[in-house]
Amino acid sequence: MDSWKNNRGLFAILTLPATLWLAAFFLVPLGFVWLISFGEKQGIVDIALTWTLDNYLRALDPLYLGILFRSVWVAGIATLICLVVGFPVALAITFAPARWKPILLLLVILPFWTNLLIRTYALIAVLRTRGFINFGLEWLWEKASAVIAFLGMDPTPILGERFQAFDMLYNSGSVIFGLVYVHLPFMILPLYAALERLDKSYLEASLDLGAGQWRTLFSVTVPLTLPGILSGVIITFIPALGAFLTPDLLGGPDSQMIGNLIERQFKAANDWPFGAALSFLLMYVTFFVLALRAVGSSRQARIAAAEAE
Amino acid sequence: MAIFKTRDAAGPLEYGRRLSIRTIVALTLIFLYAPIVTLMAFSFNDSRRNIVWQGFTFEWYGRAWNNARLFEAFANSLLIAAVATVLATVIGTMLAIGLWRFRFPGRAVLEGLTALPIVIPEICMGVAMMVFFARVQWPTDLPYPLNLASIIVAHTAFCFPFVAVVVRARMAGFDRSLEEAAKDLGASEWATYRDVILPYLRPGIVAGALLAFTLSLDDFVITFFTSGPNTMTFPVLVYSMVRFSVTPEVNAASTVLIVLTALVTVLAMTLQSPTKAAED
Repeated sequence: MDSWKNNRGLFAILTLPATLWLAAFFLVPLGFVWLISFGEKQGIVDIALTWTLDNYLRALDPLYLGILFRSVWVAGIATLICLVVGFPVALAITFAPARWKPILLLLVILPFWTNLLIRTYALIAVLRTRGFINFGLEWLWEKASAVIAFLGMDPTPILGERFQAFDMLYNSGSVIFGLVYVHLPFMILPLYAALERLDKSYLEASLDLGAGQWRTLFSVTVPLTLPGILSGVIITFIPALGAFLTPDLLGGPDSQMIGNLIERQFKAANDWPFGAALSFLLMYVTFFVLALRAVGSSRQARIAAAEAE
Repeated sequence: MAIFKTRDAAGPLEYGRRLSIRTIVALTLIFLYAPIVTLMAFSFNDSRRNIVWQGFTFEWYGRAWNNARLFEAFANSLLIAAVATVLATVIGTMLAIGLWRFRFPGRAVLEGLTALPIVIPEICMGVAMMVFFARVQWPTDLPYPLNLASIIVAHTAFCFPFVAVVVRARMAGFDRSLEEAAKDLGASEWATYRDVILPYLRPGIVAGALLAFTLSLDDFVITFFTSGPNTMTFPVLVYSMVRFSVTPEVNAASTVLIVLTALVTVLAMTLQSPTKAAED
Protein backbone atom coordinates (compact mmCIF):
# COMPACT_ATOMS: atom_id res chain seq x y z
CA MET A 1 0.00 0.00 0.00
CA ASP A 2 1.40 3.40 -0.98
CA SER A 3 1.03 6.57 0.96
CA TRP A 4 -1.41 8.94 -0.73
CA LYS A 5 1.32 11.59 -0.81
CA ASN A 6 3.33 9.62 -3.37
CA ASN A 7 0.73 10.06 -6.08
CA ARG A 8 -1.75 12.74 -5.11
CA GLY A 9 -3.23 13.09 -8.58
CA LEU A 10 -4.13 9.41 -8.93
CA PHE A 11 -5.35 9.29 -5.34
CA ALA A 12 -7.72 12.19 -5.98
CA ILE A 13 -9.02 10.74 -9.25
CA LEU A 14 -9.72 7.36 -7.63
CA THR A 15 -11.32 8.37 -4.36
CA LEU A 16 -12.86 11.81 -4.89
CA PRO A 17 -15.86 10.89 -7.09
CA ALA A 18 -17.14 8.28 -4.63
CA THR A 19 -16.41 10.44 -1.58
CA LEU A 20 -18.16 13.47 -3.05
CA TRP A 21 -21.15 11.42 -4.23
CA LEU A 22 -21.47 9.82 -0.82
CA ALA A 23 -21.18 13.18 0.93
CA ALA A 24 -23.58 15.07 -1.32
CA PHE A 25 -26.24 12.43 -1.91
CA PHE A 26 -26.12 10.36 1.24
CA LEU A 27 -24.50 12.08 4.21
CA VAL A 28 -25.99 15.52 3.54
CA PRO A 29 -29.52 14.05 3.13
CA LEU A 30 -29.09 12.08 6.38
CA GLY A 31 -27.83 15.28 8.02
CA PHE A 32 -30.99 17.09 6.90
CA VAL A 33 -33.16 14.37 8.43
CA TRP A 34 -31.13 14.51 11.64
CA LEU A 35 -31.60 18.29 11.90
CA ILE A 36 -35.30 18.09 11.11
CA SER A 37 -35.73 15.54 13.89
CA PHE A 38 -34.93 18.38 16.34
CA GLY A 39 -37.24 20.81 14.58
CA GLU A 40 -40.81 21.95 14.93
CA LYS A 41 -43.45 22.15 12.27
CA GLN A 42 -44.58 25.66 11.44
CA GLY A 43 -47.38 25.88 8.94
CA ILE A 44 -47.68 23.31 6.20
CA VAL A 45 -44.17 23.14 4.79
CA ASP A 46 -41.91 25.17 7.08
CA ILE A 47 -39.87 23.54 9.78
CA ALA A 48 -38.07 25.62 12.38
CA LEU A 49 -34.95 24.14 13.92
CA THR A 50 -35.50 24.62 17.66
CA TRP A 51 -33.38 21.74 19.01
CA THR A 52 -36.45 20.36 20.74
CA LEU A 53 -36.51 16.75 21.91
CA ASP A 54 -40.30 16.57 21.67
CA ASN A 55 -40.22 14.45 18.52
CA TYR A 56 -38.18 11.78 20.25
CA LEU A 57 -40.30 11.98 23.41
CA ARG A 58 -43.42 11.55 21.31
CA ALA A 59 -42.13 8.14 20.26
CA LEU A 60 -42.51 7.10 23.91
CA ASP A 61 -46.27 7.62 23.68
CA PRO A 62 -47.86 4.19 24.39
CA LEU A 63 -49.48 4.19 20.93
CA TYR A 64 -46.14 4.55 19.12
CA LEU A 65 -44.17 2.53 21.64
CA GLY A 66 -46.63 -0.31 20.97
CA ILE A 67 -45.86 -0.13 17.25
CA LEU A 68 -42.12 -0.11 17.95
CA PHE A 69 -42.38 -3.16 20.20
CA ARG A 70 -44.59 -4.95 17.72
CA SER A 71 -42.04 -4.27 14.97
CA VAL A 72 -39.27 -5.82 17.07
CA TRP A 73 -41.48 -8.76 17.99
CA VAL A 74 -42.72 -9.44 14.44
CA ALA A 75 -39.23 -9.09 12.95
CA GLY A 76 -37.87 -11.34 15.74
CA ILE A 77 -40.42 -14.10 15.11
CA ALA A 78 -39.80 -13.91 11.35
CA THR A 79 -36.03 -14.14 11.97
CA LEU A 80 -36.49 -17.13 14.27
CA ILE A 81 -38.63 -18.96 11.69
CA CYS A 82 -36.02 -18.18 9.00
CA LEU A 83 -33.31 -19.64 11.25
CA VAL A 84 -35.23 -22.82 12.08
CA VAL A 85 -36.16 -23.40 8.43
CA GLY A 86 -32.92 -22.09 6.94
CA PHE A 87 -30.52 -24.18 9.03
CA PRO A 88 -31.55 -27.61 7.68
CA VAL A 89 -31.65 -26.18 4.14
CA ALA A 90 -28.13 -24.77 4.53
CA LEU A 91 -27.03 -28.11 6.00
CA ALA A 92 -28.49 -29.96 3.04
CA ILE A 93 -26.74 -27.65 0.54
CA THR A 94 -23.40 -28.02 2.37
CA PHE A 95 -23.52 -31.81 2.33
CA ALA A 96 -25.10 -32.14 -1.11
CA PRO A 97 -23.12 -33.85 -3.89
CA ALA A 98 -20.76 -31.40 -5.64
CA ARG A 99 -22.80 -31.27 -8.81
CA TRP A 100 -26.00 -30.33 -6.95
CA LYS A 101 -24.48 -27.55 -4.86
CA PRO A 102 -24.41 -24.73 -7.43
CA ILE A 103 -27.93 -25.61 -8.57
CA LEU A 104 -29.34 -25.55 -5.04
CA LEU A 105 -27.50 -22.30 -4.30
CA LEU A 106 -28.87 -20.73 -7.46
CA LEU A 107 -32.37 -21.87 -6.52
CA VAL A 108 -32.02 -20.11 -3.17
CA ILE A 109 -30.48 -16.95 -4.65
CA LEU A 110 -32.88 -16.44 -7.57
CA PRO A 111 -35.97 -15.40 -5.57
CA PHE A 112 -33.68 -13.08 -3.62
CA TRP A 113 -33.02 -11.16 -6.85
CA THR A 114 -36.60 -11.23 -8.03
CA ASN A 115 -38.37 -7.93 -7.62
CA LEU A 116 -39.62 -7.51 -4.06
CA LEU A 117 -42.83 -5.89 -5.20
CA ILE A 118 -43.60 -8.66 -7.66
CA ARG A 119 -42.98 -11.28 -4.98
CA THR A 120 -45.21 -9.52 -2.49
CA TYR A 121 -47.87 -9.13 -5.14
CA ALA A 122 -47.58 -12.84 -5.96
CA LEU A 123 -48.12 -13.64 -2.26
CA ILE A 124 -51.28 -11.55 -2.24
CA ALA A 125 -52.57 -13.47 -5.26
CA VAL A 126 -51.95 -16.72 -3.39
CA LEU A 127 -53.29 -15.75 0.03
CA ARG A 128 -56.27 -13.44 -0.59
CA THR A 129 -59.86 -14.62 0.01
CA ARG A 130 -60.32 -15.13 -3.70
CA GLY A 131 -56.76 -16.35 -4.12
CA PHE A 132 -55.24 -19.62 -5.21
CA ILE A 133 -55.17 -21.31 -1.79
CA ASN A 134 -58.81 -20.62 -1.06
CA PHE A 135 -59.72 -21.55 -4.59
CA GLY A 136 -57.91 -24.86 -4.25
CA LEU A 137 -59.57 -25.51 -0.88
CA GLU A 138 -62.99 -24.72 -2.33
CA TRP A 139 -62.36 -27.19 -5.12
CA LEU A 140 -61.41 -29.84 -2.52
CA TRP A 141 -64.52 -28.95 -0.51
CA GLU A 142 -66.75 -29.48 -3.54
CA LYS A 143 -65.13 -32.84 -4.33
CA ALA A 144 -65.35 -33.93 -0.69
CA SER A 145 -69.02 -33.03 -0.41
CA ALA A 146 -69.72 -34.78 -3.71
CA VAL A 147 -68.02 -37.93 -2.39
CA ILE A 148 -69.98 -37.75 0.86
CA ALA A 149 -73.23 -37.22 -1.02
CA PHE A 150 -72.33 -40.14 -3.28
CA LEU A 151 -71.92 -42.34 -0.20
CA GLY A 152 -75.49 -41.48 0.67
CA MET A 153 -74.77 -39.11 3.55
CA ASP A 154 -75.59 -35.49 4.04
CA PRO A 155 -72.38 -33.41 3.74
CA THR A 156 -73.82 -30.33 5.49
CA PRO A 157 -73.17 -31.35 9.14
CA ILE A 158 -69.60 -32.36 8.38
CA LEU A 159 -68.47 -29.65 5.98
CA GLY A 160 -70.96 -26.86 6.61
CA GLU A 161 -73.56 -25.25 4.42
CA ARG A 162 -71.10 -23.75 1.99
CA PHE A 163 -67.36 -23.27 1.67
CA GLN A 164 -65.94 -20.68 4.07
CA ALA A 165 -62.93 -18.89 2.59
CA PHE A 166 -60.05 -18.33 5.01
CA ASP A 167 -58.98 -14.76 5.74
CA MET A 168 -55.25 -15.18 5.51
CA LEU A 169 -54.27 -11.63 4.60
CA TYR A 170 -54.11 -8.36 6.49
CA ASN A 171 -53.03 -9.56 9.95
CA SER A 172 -49.74 -10.02 11.80
CA GLY A 173 -49.59 -13.65 10.64
CA SER A 174 -49.52 -12.66 6.98
CA VAL A 175 -46.88 -10.01 7.72
CA ILE A 176 -44.65 -12.63 9.38
CA PHE A 177 -45.34 -15.02 6.50
CA GLY A 178 -44.33 -12.31 4.02
CA LEU A 179 -41.19 -11.36 5.96
CA VAL A 180 -40.08 -15.00 6.08
CA TYR A 181 -40.83 -15.37 2.38
CA VAL A 182 -38.76 -12.29 1.50
CA HIS A 183 -35.84 -12.79 3.91
CA LEU A 184 -35.29 -16.55 3.97
CA PRO A 185 -32.46 -16.39 1.37
CA PHE A 186 -30.71 -13.72 3.52
CA MET A 187 -30.57 -16.31 6.30
CA ILE A 188 -29.63 -19.37 4.24
CA LEU A 189 -26.60 -17.83 2.48
CA PRO A 190 -24.52 -16.85 5.58
CA LEU A 191 -25.49 -20.13 7.29
CA TYR A 192 -24.29 -22.01 4.23
CA ALA A 193 -21.05 -20.00 4.14
CA ALA A 194 -20.38 -20.87 7.81
CA LEU A 195 -21.25 -24.57 7.42
CA GLU A 196 -19.12 -24.84 4.28
CA ARG A 197 -16.05 -23.62 6.21
CA LEU A 198 -16.71 -25.95 9.13
CA ASP A 199 -14.15 -28.73 9.44
CA LYS A 200 -16.29 -31.82 8.87
CA SER A 201 -13.90 -34.05 10.82
CA TYR A 202 -15.22 -32.51 14.06
CA LEU A 203 -18.66 -33.87 13.20
CA GLU A 204 -17.24 -37.26 12.33
CA ALA A 205 -15.29 -37.33 15.59
CA SER A 206 -18.41 -36.46 17.55
CA LEU A 207 -20.46 -39.16 15.84
CA ASP A 208 -17.64 -41.73 16.16
CA LEU A 209 -17.38 -41.04 19.87
CA GLY A 210 -21.01 -41.94 20.30
CA ALA A 211 -22.87 -38.66 20.29
CA GLY A 212 -26.16 -38.81 18.41
CA GLN A 213 -27.08 -36.56 15.51
CA TRP A 214 -29.01 -34.13 17.73
CA ARG A 215 -26.27 -33.94 20.31
CA THR A 216 -23.67 -33.39 17.56
CA LEU A 217 -25.86 -30.65 16.12
CA PHE A 218 -26.26 -28.74 19.38
CA SER A 219 -22.84 -29.42 20.95
CA VAL A 220 -20.61 -29.25 17.88
CA THR A 221 -22.20 -27.84 14.72
CA VAL A 222 -24.12 -24.95 16.25
CA PRO A 223 -21.30 -23.67 18.52
CA LEU A 224 -18.76 -23.88 15.70
CA THR A 225 -20.98 -22.03 13.25
CA LEU A 226 -22.19 -19.45 15.77
CA PRO A 227 -20.59 -16.47 13.96
CA GLY A 228 -22.41 -17.46 10.77
CA ILE A 229 -25.67 -17.93 12.68
CA LEU A 230 -25.25 -14.46 14.21
CA SER A 231 -24.53 -12.95 10.78
CA GLY A 232 -27.63 -14.61 9.38
CA VAL A 233 -29.78 -13.44 12.28
CA ILE A 234 -28.55 -9.84 11.97
CA ILE A 235 -28.75 -9.75 8.18
CA THR A 236 -32.35 -10.99 8.41
CA PHE A 237 -33.47 -9.02 11.44
CA ILE A 238 -32.32 -5.54 10.33
CA PRO A 239 -34.21 -5.33 7.03
CA ALA A 240 -37.20 -7.14 8.57
CA LEU A 241 -37.34 -4.55 11.36
CA GLY A 242 -37.28 -1.68 8.88
CA ALA A 243 -39.65 -3.35 6.42
CA PHE A 244 -42.17 -1.05 4.84
CA LEU A 245 -43.59 -2.81 1.82
CA THR A 246 -44.45 -6.16 3.43
CA PRO A 247 -46.53 -4.79 6.35
CA ASP A 248 -47.98 -2.13 4.06
CA LEU A 249 -49.33 -4.59 1.50
CA LEU A 250 -49.87 -7.75 3.59
CA GLY A 251 -50.72 -6.20 6.95
CA GLY A 252 -53.95 -4.75 8.22
CA PRO A 253 -54.49 -1.65 10.34
CA ASP A 254 -53.46 -3.62 13.46
CA SER A 255 -50.22 -4.96 12.03
CA GLN A 256 -48.39 -1.81 11.00
CA MET A 257 -44.68 -1.62 11.71
CA ILE A 258 -42.27 1.25 12.32
CA GLY A 259 -41.58 1.53 8.57
CA ASN A 260 -45.26 2.29 7.93
CA LEU A 261 -45.29 4.81 10.76
CA ILE A 262 -42.30 6.63 9.24
CA GLU A 263 -43.84 6.58 5.78
CA ARG A 264 -47.10 8.01 7.10
CA GLN A 265 -45.30 10.96 8.73
CA PHE A 266 -43.59 11.82 5.46
CA LYS A 267 -46.58 11.30 3.19
CA ALA A 268 -50.14 11.33 4.55
CA ALA A 269 -49.63 12.87 8.00
CA ASN A 270 -47.05 15.40 6.76
CA ASP A 271 -45.22 15.55 10.08
CA TRP A 272 -41.60 15.46 8.95
CA PRO A 273 -39.96 16.23 12.33
CA PHE A 274 -41.66 13.24 13.99
CA GLY A 275 -40.95 11.02 10.97
CA ALA A 276 -37.30 12.12 11.02
CA ALA A 277 -37.01 11.30 14.74
CA LEU A 278 -38.55 7.84 14.17
CA SER A 279 -36.23 7.27 11.24
CA PHE A 280 -33.20 8.05 13.39
CA LEU A 281 -34.52 5.87 16.22
CA LEU A 282 -34.74 3.00 13.73
CA MET A 283 -31.19 3.72 12.61
CA TYR A 284 -29.91 3.79 16.20
CA VAL A 285 -31.52 0.39 16.83
CA THR A 286 -29.81 -0.88 13.67
CA PHE A 287 -26.42 0.42 14.83
CA PHE A 288 -27.01 -1.07 18.27
CA VAL A 289 -27.67 -4.50 16.76
CA LEU A 290 -24.58 -4.20 14.55
CA ALA A 291 -22.48 -3.06 17.53
CA LEU A 292 -23.66 -6.08 19.55
CA ARG A 293 -22.06 -8.30 16.98
CA ALA A 294 -18.94 -6.15 16.67
CA VAL A 295 -18.18 -6.33 20.39
CA GLY A 296 -18.99 -10.06 20.46
CA SER A 297 -16.16 -12.40 21.26
CA SER A 298 -12.64 -11.67 20.14
CA ARG A 299 -12.59 -15.12 18.65
CA GLN A 300 -15.27 -14.04 16.26
CA ALA A 301 -13.25 -10.98 15.28
CA ARG A 302 -10.32 -13.24 14.49
CA ILE A 303 -12.51 -15.40 12.28
CA ALA A 304 -13.75 -12.29 10.49
CA ALA A 305 -10.16 -11.15 10.02
CA ALA A 306 -9.29 -14.53 8.57
CA GLU A 307 -12.23 -14.20 6.20
CA ALA A 308 -11.04 -10.83 5.00
CA GLU A 309 -7.62 -12.23 4.05
CA MET B 1 -19.48 -54.90 6.45
CA ALA B 2 -19.65 -52.80 3.36
CA ILE B 3 -21.01 -55.56 1.12
CA PHE B 4 -24.14 -55.99 3.16
CA LYS B 5 -24.96 -52.32 3.27
CA THR B 6 -27.77 -51.37 0.99
CA ARG B 7 -26.65 -48.90 -1.62
CA ASP B 8 -29.16 -46.31 -0.48
CA ALA B 9 -28.25 -46.07 3.19
CA ALA B 10 -27.23 -42.49 3.83
CA GLY B 11 -23.88 -41.95 5.54
CA PRO B 12 -23.91 -40.16 8.89
CA LEU B 13 -22.86 -36.88 7.30
CA GLU B 14 -24.91 -37.15 4.14
CA TYR B 15 -27.62 -34.90 5.49
CA GLY B 16 -28.78 -34.15 1.97
CA ARG B 17 -29.91 -37.77 1.66
CA ARG B 18 -32.03 -37.89 4.78
CA LEU B 19 -35.70 -37.94 4.10
CA SER B 20 -36.54 -35.39 6.80
CA ILE B 21 -34.05 -32.86 5.49
CA ARG B 22 -34.99 -33.53 1.89
CA THR B 23 -38.60 -32.83 2.81
CA ILE B 24 -37.65 -29.52 4.42
CA VAL B 25 -35.60 -28.51 1.37
CA ALA B 26 -38.41 -29.48 -0.99
CA LEU B 27 -41.02 -27.60 1.06
CA THR B 28 -38.77 -24.54 1.27
CA LEU B 29 -38.27 -24.47 -2.47
CA ILE B 30 -42.01 -24.88 -3.03
CA PHE B 31 -42.61 -22.06 -0.55
CA LEU B 32 -40.12 -19.82 -2.35
CA TYR B 33 -41.22 -20.63 -5.87
CA ALA B 34 -44.92 -21.46 -5.85
CA PRO B 35 -46.12 -17.83 -5.71
CA ILE B 36 -43.74 -16.66 -8.45
CA VAL B 37 -44.43 -19.64 -10.70
CA THR B 38 -48.19 -19.24 -10.25
CA LEU B 39 -47.90 -15.59 -11.17
CA MET B 40 -45.88 -16.42 -14.27
CA ALA B 41 -48.23 -19.22 -15.31
CA PHE B 42 -51.30 -17.01 -15.01
CA SER B 43 -49.76 -14.39 -17.26
CA PHE B 44 -50.57 -16.90 -20.02
CA ASN B 45 -54.10 -17.48 -18.80
CA ASP B 46 -56.91 -16.71 -21.18
CA SER B 47 -59.14 -15.14 -18.55
CA ARG B 48 -59.35 -11.76 -16.91
CA ARG B 49 -60.46 -13.28 -13.60
CA ASN B 50 -56.93 -14.40 -13.00
CA ILE B 51 -57.87 -17.41 -10.87
CA VAL B 52 -59.35 -20.09 -13.08
CA TRP B 53 -57.23 -21.53 -15.84
CA GLN B 54 -59.06 -21.04 -19.13
CA GLY B 55 -56.44 -21.70 -21.76
CA PHE B 56 -53.12 -20.51 -23.10
CA THR B 57 -52.69 -17.07 -24.60
CA PHE B 58 -50.06 -14.44 -25.34
CA GLU B 59 -52.74 -11.77 -25.32
CA TRP B 60 -51.59 -10.09 -22.08
CA TYR B 61 -48.08 -9.65 -23.38
CA GLY B 62 -49.43 -7.79 -26.39
CA ARG B 63 -51.70 -5.69 -24.18
CA ALA B 64 -48.87 -4.92 -21.77
CA TRP B 65 -46.73 -3.80 -24.71
CA ASN B 66 -49.54 -1.49 -25.90
CA ASN B 67 -50.41 -0.18 -22.43
CA ALA B 68 -48.76 3.26 -22.55
CA ARG B 69 -48.50 3.74 -18.76
CA LEU B 70 -47.08 0.28 -18.18
CA PHE B 71 -44.67 0.58 -21.08
CA GLU B 72 -43.45 3.98 -19.93
CA ALA B 73 -42.90 2.78 -16.35
CA PHE B 74 -41.02 -0.28 -17.58
CA ALA B 75 -38.85 1.77 -19.95
CA ASN B 76 -38.13 4.28 -17.14
CA SER B 77 -37.03 1.45 -14.84
CA LEU B 78 -34.64 0.07 -17.45
CA LEU B 79 -33.21 3.50 -18.30
CA ILE B 80 -32.70 4.40 -14.63
CA ALA B 81 -31.06 1.05 -13.95
CA ALA B 82 -28.77 1.37 -16.98
CA VAL B 83 -27.52 4.90 -16.17
CA ALA B 84 -27.24 4.26 -12.41
CA THR B 85 -25.29 1.06 -13.14
CA VAL B 86 -22.74 2.85 -15.32
CA LEU B 87 -22.25 5.63 -12.74
CA ALA B 88 -22.14 3.25 -9.77
CA THR B 89 -19.73 0.88 -11.52
CA VAL B 90 -17.29 3.64 -12.47
CA ILE B 91 -17.13 5.38 -9.09
CA GLY B 92 -17.43 2.13 -7.12
CA THR B 93 -14.55 0.52 -9.01
CA MET B 94 -12.36 3.61 -8.65
CA LEU B 95 -13.07 3.71 -4.93
CA ALA B 96 -12.21 0.01 -4.56
CA ILE B 97 -8.88 0.52 -6.34
CA GLY B 98 -8.18 3.68 -4.32
CA LEU B 99 -8.84 1.94 -1.00
CA TRP B 100 -6.69 -1.01 -2.04
CA ARG B 101 -3.83 1.10 -3.32
CA PHE B 102 -3.47 4.00 -0.88
CA ARG B 103 -2.87 4.54 2.78
CA PHE B 104 -4.36 7.84 3.90
CA PRO B 105 -5.73 9.53 7.00
CA GLY B 106 -9.44 8.76 7.39
CA ARG B 107 -9.26 5.57 5.34
CA ALA B 108 -11.14 3.51 7.93
CA VAL B 109 -13.75 6.25 8.28
CA LEU B 110 -14.32 6.37 4.53
CA GLU B 111 -14.63 2.59 4.44
CA GLY B 112 -17.16 2.66 7.27
CA LEU B 113 -19.17 5.44 5.68
CA THR B 114 -19.39 3.67 2.31
CA ALA B 115 -20.77 0.62 4.10
CA LEU B 116 -23.59 2.72 5.57
CA PRO B 117 -25.91 2.70 2.53
CA ILE B 118 -25.68 -1.10 2.59
CA VAL B 119 -26.62 -1.52 6.25
CA ILE B 120 -29.13 1.20 7.10
CA PRO B 121 -32.81 0.36 6.55
CA GLU B 122 -34.03 1.32 3.08
CA ILE B 123 -36.82 3.46 4.47
CA CYS B 124 -34.30 5.69 6.29
CA MET B 125 -32.43 6.28 3.06
CA GLY B 126 -35.72 6.81 1.22
CA VAL B 127 -36.96 9.55 3.51
CA ALA B 128 -33.47 11.13 3.53
CA MET B 129 -33.58 11.40 -0.26
CA MET B 130 -37.12 12.79 -0.12
CA VAL B 131 -36.09 15.48 2.39
CA PHE B 132 -32.92 16.24 0.43
CA PHE B 133 -34.61 16.81 -2.92
CA ALA B 134 -37.31 18.93 -1.28
CA ARG B 135 -34.77 21.04 0.65
CA VAL B 136 -32.45 21.74 -2.27
CA GLN B 137 -35.55 22.49 -4.35
CA TRP B 138 -34.61 20.06 -7.05
CA PRO B 139 -36.85 20.96 -10.03
CA THR B 140 -39.71 18.50 -10.45
CA ASP B 141 -40.95 19.67 -13.85
CA LEU B 142 -37.95 18.79 -15.98
CA PRO B 143 -38.61 17.29 -19.41
CA TYR B 144 -37.98 13.58 -20.04
CA PRO B 145 -35.41 12.07 -19.46
CA LEU B 146 -34.08 14.71 -17.04
CA ASN B 147 -37.04 14.13 -14.72
CA LEU B 148 -35.47 10.76 -13.88
CA ALA B 149 -32.23 12.39 -12.72
CA SER B 150 -33.18 12.51 -9.02
CA ILE B 151 -34.00 8.78 -9.00
CA ILE B 152 -30.75 8.00 -10.85
CA VAL B 153 -28.77 10.05 -8.30
CA ALA B 154 -30.39 8.18 -5.40
CA HIS B 155 -29.92 4.75 -7.03
CA THR B 156 -26.26 5.47 -7.76
CA ALA B 157 -25.76 6.44 -4.12
CA PHE B 158 -26.97 3.07 -2.82
CA CYS B 159 -25.54 0.94 -5.66
CA PHE B 160 -21.90 2.07 -5.77
CA PRO B 161 -21.01 0.75 -2.28
CA PHE B 162 -22.12 -2.73 -3.42
CA VAL B 163 -19.93 -2.44 -6.53
CA ALA B 164 -17.00 -1.30 -4.36
CA VAL B 165 -17.43 -4.34 -2.05
CA VAL B 166 -17.55 -6.84 -4.94
CA VAL B 167 -14.57 -5.27 -6.75
CA ARG B 168 -12.51 -5.10 -3.55
CA ALA B 169 -13.11 -8.79 -2.94
CA ARG B 170 -11.65 -9.47 -6.38
CA MET B 171 -8.83 -6.95 -5.83
CA ALA B 172 -7.76 -8.79 -2.67
CA GLY B 173 -6.53 -11.70 -4.78
CA PHE B 174 -4.36 -9.51 -7.00
CA ASP B 175 -0.67 -10.36 -7.12
CA ARG B 176 1.19 -7.07 -6.87
CA SER B 177 4.27 -8.52 -8.52
CA LEU B 178 2.31 -8.37 -11.81
CA GLU B 179 2.00 -4.63 -11.38
CA GLU B 180 5.69 -4.32 -10.48
CA ALA B 181 6.67 -6.42 -13.49
CA ALA B 182 4.64 -4.17 -15.78
CA LYS B 183 6.32 -1.08 -14.36
CA ASP B 184 9.79 -2.69 -14.55
CA LEU B 185 9.13 -3.39 -18.20
CA GLY B 186 8.52 0.27 -18.75
CA ALA B 187 4.71 0.57 -18.56
CA SER B 188 3.44 3.92 -17.36
CA GLU B 189 1.01 4.19 -14.45
CA TRP B 190 -1.92 4.51 -16.84
CA ALA B 191 -0.75 1.62 -19.04
CA THR B 192 -0.43 -0.58 -15.94
CA TYR B 193 -4.02 0.12 -15.00
CA ARG B 194 -5.31 -0.34 -18.53
CA ASP B 195 -3.38 -3.50 -19.39
CA VAL B 196 -2.83 -5.26 -16.06
CA ILE B 197 -5.13 -4.20 -13.24
CA LEU B 198 -8.39 -3.56 -15.07
CA PRO B 199 -8.27 -6.81 -17.11
CA TYR B 200 -7.64 -8.69 -13.86
CA LEU B 201 -10.57 -6.93 -12.19
CA ARG B 202 -12.97 -7.46 -15.09
CA PRO B 203 -14.99 -10.39 -13.63
CA GLY B 204 -15.41 -8.45 -10.39
CA ILE B 205 -16.44 -5.28 -12.22
CA VAL B 206 -18.96 -7.14 -14.37
CA ALA B 207 -20.40 -8.96 -11.35
CA GLY B 208 -20.62 -5.66 -9.45
CA ALA B 209 -22.33 -3.97 -12.40
CA LEU B 210 -24.89 -6.77 -12.72
CA LEU B 211 -25.55 -6.55 -8.99
CA ALA B 212 -26.06 -2.79 -9.26
CA PHE B 213 -28.39 -3.29 -12.23
CA THR B 214 -30.66 -5.75 -10.41
CA LEU B 215 -30.61 -3.65 -7.21
CA SER B 216 -31.70 -0.57 -9.13
CA LEU B 217 -34.33 -2.45 -11.14
CA ASP B 218 -35.65 -4.04 -7.95
CA ASP B 219 -35.79 -0.94 -5.82
CA PHE B 220 -39.18 0.21 -4.67
CA VAL B 221 -38.79 1.95 -1.31
CA ILE B 222 -36.15 4.54 -2.23
CA THR B 223 -37.78 5.28 -5.60
CA PHE B 224 -41.17 5.63 -3.92
CA PHE B 225 -39.84 8.49 -1.79
CA THR B 226 -37.67 10.06 -4.51
CA SER B 227 -39.94 10.05 -7.53
CA GLY B 228 -41.99 13.11 -8.33
CA PRO B 229 -45.69 12.95 -9.18
CA ASN B 230 -44.99 12.53 -12.89
CA THR B 231 -42.31 9.88 -12.80
CA MET B 232 -43.28 6.23 -12.64
CA THR B 233 -41.06 3.22 -12.41
CA PHE B 234 -42.38 -0.28 -12.81
CA PRO B 235 -42.37 -1.19 -9.07
CA VAL B 236 -44.02 2.12 -8.17
CA LEU B 237 -46.72 1.54 -10.81
CA VAL B 238 -47.38 -1.99 -9.59
CA TYR B 239 -47.60 -0.64 -6.03
CA SER B 240 -50.23 1.88 -7.06
CA MET B 241 -52.24 -0.88 -8.75
CA VAL B 242 -51.95 -3.73 -6.24
CA ARG B 243 -54.68 -2.56 -3.88
CA PHE B 244 -57.27 -1.94 -6.55
CA SER B 245 -57.09 -4.00 -9.66
CA VAL B 246 -54.20 -6.06 -10.72
CA THR B 247 -54.61 -6.98 -14.33
CA PRO B 248 -53.02 -9.90 -16.16
CA GLU B 249 -50.99 -7.30 -18.08
CA VAL B 250 -49.06 -6.65 -14.86
CA ASN B 251 -48.50 -10.41 -14.54
CA ALA B 252 -47.09 -10.41 -18.07
CA ALA B 253 -44.80 -7.44 -17.47
CA SER B 254 -43.69 -8.96 -14.13
CA THR B 255 -42.88 -12.22 -15.90
CA VAL B 256 -40.68 -10.34 -18.36
CA LEU B 257 -38.90 -8.63 -15.46
CA ILE B 258 -38.46 -11.91 -13.54
CA VAL B 259 -36.94 -13.63 -16.58
CA LEU B 260 -34.68 -10.63 -17.18
CA THR B 261 -33.40 -10.58 -13.58
CA ALA B 262 -32.99 -14.36 -13.54
CA LEU B 263 -30.81 -14.16 -16.65
CA VAL B 264 -28.71 -11.35 -15.16
CA THR B 265 -28.30 -13.29 -11.88
CA VAL B 266 -27.26 -16.51 -13.61
CA LEU B 267 -24.79 -14.51 -15.70
CA ALA B 268 -23.35 -12.81 -12.61
CA MET B 269 -23.00 -16.13 -10.78
CA THR B 270 -21.28 -17.77 -13.71
CA LEU B 271 -18.81 -14.89 -13.91
CA GLN B 272 -18.08 -15.08 -10.21
CA SER B 273 -17.71 -18.83 -9.96
CA PRO B 274 -14.21 -19.99 -9.01
CA THR B 275 -13.61 -22.06 -12.14
CA LYS B 276 -14.31 -19.05 -14.33
CA ALA B 277 -12.10 -16.82 -12.22
CA ALA B 278 -9.23 -19.29 -12.53
CA GLU B 279 -9.45 -19.20 -16.33
CA ASP B 280 -9.02 -15.44 -16.47
